[in-house]
Amino acid sequence: MTTTIKATGTPTRQTQQERPTRRTNNLLKKNWIGGSFGWLWLLVVMIPLYWIVITSFKTQANYFITNTFAPPSDPTLDNYRTVIDNEIVRYFFNSVVVTLGATLPAVLISFMAAYAIVRGSGNFVLRWTNNLFLMGLAIPLQAVIIPVYLIIIRLKLYDSLLGLILPSLAFAIPLSVLVLRNFIRDVPKELFESMHIDGATEWGILWRLAFPLTRPALVTVTIYSALGIWNGFLLPLVLTQSPEKRTIPLALVNLQGQFGVNTPAIAASVTLTTIPIVLLYAIGRRQLVSGLTAGVGK
Amino acid sequence: MTALAPPAARVKAPTARGGRSGVTWMALPALLMFLAFGLVPLIGVLLLSFTTWDGIGPITPSGLTSWRNALSDRELPHALWVTFEIMAISWLVQTPISILIGTFMAAFKRYRGFLAVLYFIPLLLSSAAISITFKALIDPNFGIGSGLGVDWLKQNWLGEPKLAMGVLVFIVSWQYIPFHSLIYQGAVRQIPASLYEASKIDGAGGMRQFFSITLPQIKYTIITSSTLMVVGSLTFFDLIYVLTGGGPGDSTRALALEMYQKGFMANLMGPASAIAMILVLVGVILAQILRRLGGRGDESQLEGM
Repeated sequence: MTTTIKATGTPTRQTQQERPTRRTNNLLKKNWIGGSFGWLWLLVVMIPLYWIVITSFKTQANYFITNTFAPPSDPTLDNYRTVIDNEIVRYFFNSVVVTLGATLPAVLISFMAAYAIVRGSGNFVLRWTNNLFLMGLAIPLQAVIIPVYLIIIRLKLYDSLLGLILPSLAFAIPLSVLVLRNFIRDVPKELFESMHIDGATEWGILWRLAFPLTRPALVTVTIYSALGIWNGFLLPLVLTQSPEKRTIPLALVNLQGQFGVNTPAIAASVTLTTIPIVLLYAIGRRQLVSGLTAGVGK
Repeated sequence: MTALAPPAARVKAPTARGGRSGVTWMALPALLMFLAFGLVPLIGVLLLSFTTWDGIGPITPSGLTSWRNALSDRELPHALWVTFEIMAISWLVQTPISILIGTFMAAFKRYRGFLAVLYFIPLLLSSAAISITFKALIDPNFGIGSGLGVDWLKQNWLGEPKLAMGVLVFIVSWQYIPFHSLIYQGAVRQIPASLYEASKIDGAGGMRQFFSITLPQIKYTIITSSTLMVVGSLTFFDLIYVLTGGGPGDSTRALALEMYQKGFMANLMGPASAIAMILVLVGVILAQILRRLGGRGDESQLEGM
């Protein structure tokens, strides 16, 4: 908790690469049971992924006659064409709109709230707000979906993308505030104070000092929230009706029903919609890993 | 929700930091958004459980009718049982494997980065995509069984209650074991190396070290990870909805799905709200029980925050 700013920039890297060499490495190396489980589980994880990718390149006829796990003898892109012909681009667009529309405002207002909670921590309202967000972590979306549905129809937002954005945004807030708050708390308060003495307003400090310093945590929170919203299923299921308002997960389920036994087309739809996330993962992996395990460490 | 023990120290710390009221307004946008779509719905679901509403028409207060309706339905105890079944089995499967893999990854350096990259992929996929993939993969006619030519794999996986439950637990494990492994990995790395060195001098072997040092040292992490598993399993919805739809029959119809079907399929929003309240209560009670089990670990975790 006494980390300096230099350290806060790359906390994950340090814990991941340096410590174990020094500490537990040589002592736990002989963990054969864990080791075999580790590799076995990797196999378990990879087999379905491998299968879905190779199947997406098979023709339907080929799929039925060849070994399921053999790579396609004559790879085809027809399945992808079928999927694209089924409006997948529109669903993709919907998912992008909902994800960006909810994530970016959620992260920005969470950042403002986290800053306020850290800077004004003696304040009664802010303490209460902080407790509310902590409690909010425990509210599952499933449990409140009926009132959310009621609110959205009363706001006349049923079957609209905005109707998906608002609750997604709200439910991204508690964890974002928690992670950002913990991060801002580690910034030495003298930095804020010196800027304050130099005549900067809190608003100025927020954007010119806190924002750049908090960047790693902001990236983490953004990726984490975006992932959750992108994969969200219950809200689109309950709050939309018309096919052109579907987001990717809901569209996938409908395509699956539509394609029936055309497994290669189903595989193509899953693969195609997963590629963007895997690409994003490749870019922001470090932040994502630290974000997913944020607040659940020892 | 927080423990009552250390209030004195907690009040002092903020004043020493110098609270500024000039920043309070900055918390308002987030606060208002969360009040509107988080807290208000939570109160709303309680209120709605005392009304009758078909999801479209007017909402009429009806006292305890909805609760009576929900509680007298024989599907409710069944759904509760299914929920606990999923919770217990998936906990029993996930925890030992996650601890083993976590311990392994904490020490194993060379391929660890590579492993961690691949381990995380299941967490990136939506439950919908995962369910669809497995549904196709375990198809008795065209899936893994006929592909490998193994008759044992050609079963009607989703047609038999016990098998369907097994598939469900397997997919849950597939999706979440990597995540819990990483939590354990982090925890194992924080165990002071001196403990292992001391035990080595005393002649303890790897097994002994694992049971006498590693396991006791990650006790609080086990509680945290278990809380996430247990409370998380209450909200499995997408997965069950897409994979089995609650079937075969009602054998995998857990609480969240029961609530959805009551509310949005049978248009009985009142009883569905009552079930949602039960869902919240069960979650809070379970989290509290696990917190008690955690004992002092909870406080020390809060101190760090």
